[in-house]
Amino acid sequence: MSVQSAILPNDAHAVSGHEEHHDAAGNVTLGFWIYLMTDCILFAALFITFVVQRGAVAGGPSGKDLFDLSYVAGETALLLVSSFTYGMAMISAERGSRSAVMSWLVLTLLLGLGFMSMEIHEFSELVAQGAGPDRSSFLSAFFTLVGTHGLHVTAGMIWMVTLIAHVLRRGLTEANITRLTCLSMFWHFLDVVWIGVFTIVYLLGVA
Amino acid sequence: MHGSHPVEHTGAHGDVRSYVIGFVLSVILTAVPFWLVMTGALPKDQAVPACMGFAAIQIVVHLFYFLHMNGRAVRSWNGVAMFFTLLILAILFVGTLWVMYHMNANMMPGMMPPA
Repeated sequence: MSVQSAILPNDAHAVSGHEEHHDAAGNVTLGFWIYLMTDCILFAALFITFVVQRGAVAGGPSGKDLFDLSYVAGETALLLVSSFTYGMAMISAERGSRSAVMSWLVLTLLLGLGFMSMEIHEFSELVAQGAGPDRSSFLSAFFTLVGTHGLHVTAGMIWMVTLIAHVLRRGLTEANITRLTCLSMFWHFLDVVWIGVFTIVYLLGVA
Repeated sequence: MHGSHPVEHTGAHGDVRSYVIGFVLSVILTAVPFWLVMTGALPKDQAVPACMGFAAIQIVVHLFYFLHMNGRAVRSWNGVAMFFTLLILAILFVGTLWVMYHMNANMMPGMMPPA
């Protein structure tokens, strides 16, 4: 199947008006995917800023002095498992099992909460030992990059709470499935960004 | 069965098996680089490219098993958007590193030609 043939059937649907509902859901997820791609560029800018600034410690501590890899491995595990549990929520949604969707979503939310508590704890420890974002260029770039990822995760968790409420009230309607699909893309995307964070920031910082 | 025709652009949400495969691969691809760095099994000049290689493979695993960027999705508009983004990312990374390292090499105070 060429790019053309993949695109044309949808255009044909839009023109003839068949399966409008189906196409609307497809358009929403495509639009959301394009948003994720722009978010990718935002993170790329923060990543490259970090890479350029990582040696600029201004006589202060470097990554090697600050980072505890076993702690980061814990954060990574929480986020990776939460990606898997969200996947299970989507499969349950396809099977139409509302109670299973709710359980998996709540579990995902708890794992996200665990990840964010670990990150906030790490940040406050760093600030307490005088390695806050004002200490050096390296630490400014570190807090901006990792903090922006954390803000995204927090936004994803708020979104997850609202979707749990939606599913509780209306059940697994087509609109709710589309919403769940968008959040699943967002959540998996944040896990992909985290692969970059633990590799470039933490592993290469300590190696 | 509800939603046997989930979302055309991203394909189906996969099945339990594909999520389990993706998860197991991710655990391995995460554990190995952590182990490499934490035990110092490889010298730094080999550990760095190894970690980046593992990360690149894990990103592809996540895209394929979790975000369902399979053959069909790659050939749709999602794929077009993704490859365009990859091009932008490459320009950003290569361009920035190129410019900044040249600046560092050429503009450090010690390297200024005597006035």
